[in-house]
Amino acid sequence: MASHLSYGRVNLNILREAARKELREFLDKCAGSKAIVWDEYLTGPFGLIAQYSLLKEHEVEKMFTLKPGRLPVADVKNIIFFVRPRLELMDIIAENVVSEDRQRSPRDLHILFVPRRSLLCEQRLKERGVLASFINIDEYILDLIPYDGDLLSMESESAFRECYLENDQTSLYHTAKGLMTLQALYGTIPQIFGKGESARHVANMMLRMKREFAGSQNQILPVFDTLLLLDRNVDLLTPLATQLTYEGLIDEIYGITNGYVKLPPEKFSQKKQGEGGKDLPTEPKKLQLNSAEELYAEIRDKNFNAVGAVLSKKAKIISAAFEERHNAKTVGEIKQFVSQLPHMQAARSSLANHTSIAELIKDITTSEAFFDNLTVEQEFMTGVDTDKVNSYIEDCIAQKDPLIKILRLVCMQSVCNNGLKQKVLDHYKREILQTYGYEHILTLSNLEKTGLLKPQIGTRNNYPTIRKTLKLWMEDVNEQNPNDISYVYSGFAPLSVRLAQLLARPGWRSIEEVLKMLPGPHFEERQQLPSGLHKKRQQGENRTTLVFFLGGVTYAEIAALRFLSQMEEGGTEYVIATTKLINGTSWIKSLMDKLEAPPF
Amino acid sequence: MAFVTANWNPLGEAFYRCHRKIELYVMGWNLKEGLKDCLIAAAPYGGPIALLKGHQKRSPTARPQLEIYSASGSLLASFLWKSGTVVALGWTVSDDLLCVQEDGSVLLYDLFGDFKRHFSMGNEVLQNHVIEAKVFHSPYGTGVAILTGAFRFTLATNIDDLKLRRLPEVPGLQGAPSCWAVLTQDRQTKVLLASGSDLYILDNTSCTAVTPPGIDPQVSSYIQMAISFSYKYLALFTDAGHVWMGTSNLKEKLSKVDTKVRTPPKQMVWCRRPKSQQPSVVVMWDRLLLVAGECNETIQYHLDDDSILIPELDGVRIINSTHHEMLQEVPGPCEEIFKIASMAPGALLLEAHKEYEKESQKADEYLREIKEQSLLGEAVRQCVEAAGFEHEPETQKTLLRAASFGKCFLSNFPPDLFVSMCRELRVLNAVRDYTVGIPLTHPQYKQMTVQVLIDRLVYRRLYPLAIEVCRYLKIPEYQGVSRVLKHWACNKVQQKEEPDDVIARAVNQKLGDAVGISYSEIAARAYECGRTELAIKLLEFEPRSGEQVPLLLKMKRSQLALSKAIESGDTDLVYTVVTYLKNEMNRGDFFMTLRNQPVALSLYRQFCKHQEQDTLKDLFNQDDDHQELGNFYVRASYREGKLEARLAALQSAVDEYNKAKNEFAAKATEEQMRLLRFQRRMQEEFDRPFMDYSLQETLHSLLMEGRIRPAEQLYKDFRIPDKRYWWLKISALAEKEDWEELEKFSRSKKSPIGYLPFVEICVKHHNKYEAKKYVSKVTPEQKVKAHLAVGDLEGAAEAAIERRSEGEISLVLSHCPPSADRSLVDRLTRARTTASKK
Repeated sequence: MASHLSYGRVNLNILREAARKELREFLDKCAGSKAIVWDEYLTGPFGLIAQYSLLKEHEVEKMFTLKPGRLPVADVKNIIFFVRPRLELMDIIAENVVSEDRQRSPRDLHILFVPRRSLLCEQRLKERGVLASFINIDEYILDLIPYDGDLLSMESESAFRECYLENDQTSLYHTAKGLMTLQALYGTIPQIFGKGESARHVANMMLRMKREFAGSQNQILPVFDTLLLLDRNVDLLTPLATQLTYEGLIDEIYGITNGYVKLPPEKFSQKKQGEGGKDLPTEPKKLQLNSAEELYAEIRDKNFNAVGAVLSKKAKIISAAFEERHNAKTVGEIKQFVSQLPHMQAARSSLANHTSIAELIKDITTSEAFFDNLTVEQEFMTGVDTDKVNSYIEDCIAQKDPLIKILRLVCMQSVCNNGLKQKVLDHYKREILQTYGYEHILTLSNLEKTGLLKPQIGTRNNYPTIRKTLKLWMEDVNEQNPNDISYVYSGFAPLSVRLAQLLARPGWRSIEEVLKMLPGPHFEERQQLPSGLHKKRQQGENRTTLVFFLGGVTYAEIAALRFLSQMEEGGTEYVIATTKLINGTSWIKSLMDKLEAPPF
Repeated sequence: MAFVTANWNPLGEAFYRCHRKIELYVMGWNLKEGLKDCLIAAAPYGGPIALLKGHQKRSPTARPQLEIYSASGSLLASFLWKSGTVVALGWTVSDDLLCVQEDGSVLLYDLFGDFKRHFSMGNEVLQNHVIEAKVFHSPYGTGVAILTGAFRFTLATNIDDLKLRRLPEVPGLQGAPSCWAVLTQDRQTKVLLASGSDLYILDNTSCTAVTPPGIDPQVSSYIQMAISFSYKYLALFTDAGHVWMGTSNLKEKLSKVDTKVRTPPKQMVWCRRPKSQQPSVVVMWDRLLLVAGECNETIQYHLDDDSILIPELDGVRIINSTHHEMLQEVPGPCEEIFKIASMAPGALLLEAHKEYEKESQKADEYLREIKEQSLLGEAVRQCVEAAGFEHEPETQKTLLRAASFGKCFLSNFPPDLFVSMCRELRVLNAVRDYTVGIPLTHPQYKQMTVQVLIDRLVYRRLYPLAIEVCRYLKIPEYQGVSRVLKHWACNKVQQKEEPDDVIARAVNQKLGDAVGISYSEIAARAYECGRTELAIKLLEFEPRSGEQVPLLLKMKRSQLALSKAIESGDTDLVYTVVTYLKNEMNRGDFFMTLRNQPVALSLYRQFCKHQEQDTLKDLFNQDDDHQELGNFYVRASYREGKLEARLAALQSAVDEYNKAKNEFAAKATEEQMRLLRFQRRMQEEFDRPFMDYSLQETLHSLLMEGRIRPAEQLYKDFRIPDKRYWWLKISALAEKEDWEELEKFSRSKKSPIGYLPFVEICVKHHNKYEAKKYVSKVTPEQKVKAHLAVGDLEGAAEAAIERRSEGEISLVLSHCPPSADRSLVDRLTRARTTASKK
């Protein structure tokens, strides 16, 4: 099921296999039947590593969700808690353990911390008097999870919030550790580039860890030539914009979690003959989305406007293929046809699914609301009237459109104007508080702290310079046959990806001035390779760059990097890693502070 | 060369079952009284020798002298024994000396006589005293077995993980057993003992009487027993002077030999080697050494002096006051090659090489002979292996040269065997050297592994040699050189006479950035020796900040620990130190410390946010962070159930925001308070919930319920922008479907939001009729949209064509259904063409 991980430039299945092996080893440590009590957040990421069948093979008979109170009844020898190292979870575990009936059912208790064990949590368990009840306290180092053939994610939801709002660099430590694990499997990465404070911090930690582990160096020929570390706050603009690739839109509209999307069921009702389609399914349709699906791999990164053509072409090919059966005359021909049937049927159902999804999306993208929103976004990105109160935003507030949509737009205007005039900013804030409630004052404060929203202080707006130098806006974009990454936002080229592109050619020296305008330092480090491991590049062989987005990456940015990988004269192939796959909505949501008053 | 076989002695009639005695060293020590009256322990694998001189003299004035020598007799340590009466000495696997005292306490010394630690063998031993004790080695480590005055046994199988075991009683045992031994079988340690003619095996739970198979039934007493090095074989010496040899599980008899000596021997040990041709036992009396094997004949050596026997894996070492010798069965390959008139391939090759060096053509004849039988490979192998068994470098060289010569005539003989033998012999010859004094044989070396050999060199503080060996054998640095350097440094920090900074500098100079060096381990050692300052200096060199933290905390350098934890980037470690500091320091100091460490401070804030709200407030207070305090009170207000409490909290927030000069937030919060008060009034007045609605929602509800006056009041009080108020009002009216009021409102004054929203809101509530009323009022720019909204294609087309806007014409076209009027479509298309040309 994970074969799609091995097709890319770098075989990421090695990483998955290493993670699976470690999991099996831990499970075997607890001999006998077992039940797993899950920190619910972990089930999604774990699904990318191991299916239930693997757990079952190792005598996992029951699974529960971690919740306060008593543990459910299960006739097993071992209870294993799979948890993140968080204090609030420790309190729940303690409650579970205390209410265990030790007399009636003596079960062995274990904890597996993901991704790392924590002294603080163990201390808390000790204070609660339950630490000694555990036979095994272990850690399962799951930092980077292979998500697709060229994509790794740490699935750490709050990484951006922690780093940039709360100044908690835990996730950066995990990142550095994850990169060390990666280097242990794929060789030392000789070159490290980076931009931003967090990037610098991660690189420093990596270099330090390398010194610490000196001597135990592996003798693996490096697979990656370059690592590029990018802070999300170097490019706050891109995630705010509405993604216009097929996959990006699916994520914007329905949200993709851990590789799955839930869709409204109506379009997917199986019309069977005779039933007349009376019973519409009520459960949302759950689909897995990754490159294992041939058609999806082909269309995911296209601009949505180019998807329709591909789908109809495919439809013709498939129906032609089915028509072939009439031409099959001899037994041999029929046999050959039948042997292709499973593949054809899979292709047909895949086509049906994506046609339905495309229809769903089209309903939305052709709506006036979508169009108006996009128009304003594009005005901001091209620098039109970014210094005044925007009447579209005002109207949206007045009509009480979803708050996150408003925040995305206001933040975007602020970023594109290098901060808003105090009067404009206060006006928006007041409108928001009056319309959506004063409790959002904290959310606004958070946005200001992360720089997404800010008053313009004296300094000149440098966004136009950045836009022009980096060619962030391309007038004549070709959505069908793109020649530039800007197709992913129908005109806007993601700044982050532009930086990656310019790094590969002609190098950052050419944009030194602009780099200085962006927050945080930019740097280059070299890691010494053991002699004999220097790669001898074949003529025309591409370089491999790992681009790590600290604080999240969008599907459109991934699409843009994939586009660069495929460019013939590009010379660089990209593997993408991130703390979390995000879109503007999920990103802003992670920065919100929810306050609810008790009822009077 | 001709004399290689000079020290060979045949055992039995056949010449090819030979034993040989090799001289290892002429002892460097000068023992005036010989080995007489000494308590002696010599460690296997060519280990050190400990002597306790005069231990039987029990006068307080004459204390015994403890001396430690290398196997070549050079003095390593010597001191007066001031502790209790020693019953037995023994060596641990890591070259530490164990001194078992009468009272059951065991003292541990290192190779250089420095006291390391002591432990007790338990109360029972203390009360009944130790009569005899034996130190033994098992797979678990070094063990001690004790026979007490109550004739009971107490065992500890691993002194590093001390678990005392008292073995069961032997029924009817009235006196001390005549002899006993410890053996390890089936992963269990047992004691075999003889009492008169009875033999017993004692294990953890039971005592079993046993009889060796094929033993002479008339035996009246066993007076000596020996267990082989591998615990597989057992030898018993009976009072009739017979030696019984068999397996230690007592299932098989190997042989029985009559020594014809009836006096009790001083010592009896096995003399075997792996893949031994035949088992043999060495029995020693005062002046006689006897080797007994399978046959009736024995080899006898005369002894000039008191000696001791040290059993080894592949032979027996014999030490007396002047000499150190090795007695062993002649190893197979040596026998093959050196046996007189041998025709073995190795022997022929050696001969061939000899002739070759003499430049004689006979060399070719010998070679041909070997090659004709295609045994050249075998010959080379024999020579290489034999070299490994030889002690004299000259002999080794001769054999290796012959092997090398033979190799020339072989095309694809794997070189590893030859190369590694050369290397290993070079190392072995180095450690066998008189000055080092570790007479290891090649099989012993293979058994103990090079890692252990390096350890042994390190224990002897032979650091330069250890490093040479590591480098020569190309051992990975972190297993080899680094490990040696670490040991060196750990030893160095104990040198009390040198000042801290000199030592720290010396250590760093030598170790530098050697890979895999753990400075924290060295520092921990320094701290153990009471040198805190040195420990801190050393920790500075530790590259792994994380490793420094626990020791720094232990040394109460908590501030330093905190900065190191932060340096490591491991936030969990930072939390750990912070929690530690919190418990150790008073609050003021704790806060001050955090203040200087922003990373720690923000982590602690996060912790407090979830765990200790009040501390969080104190933290903000200390930093005069009024903005955060304001946010804190806002957050707090939402936890209050009563309005008054909430308002109070919000008032505090306002105050803080004011102090923070955040005018906007202060005003907004004041507004919030005003709204809450207003909402309560409304709630009381109209008896329906209003609390915690946003201002917008409150207005909306009021408008929906037609309460215009309070709505207007809110609109004014909160200075709601006209635009938004109009939006609010029209959507409320449309939702109520109060079309009349809507129309009235539209005429009340000029709409600040234009009239398109009127059209749209009516359409949204499915009233196109009403919507159409407003189309005419819409500005020209929005006309097209308005017409489209009410579904008037014609109107939209007119408007679009009139405005000659290409975009708008296209928009209208895109709204034209396939059934649309052709002429309309044509008109639009034409207009678009004209517009685009413009």
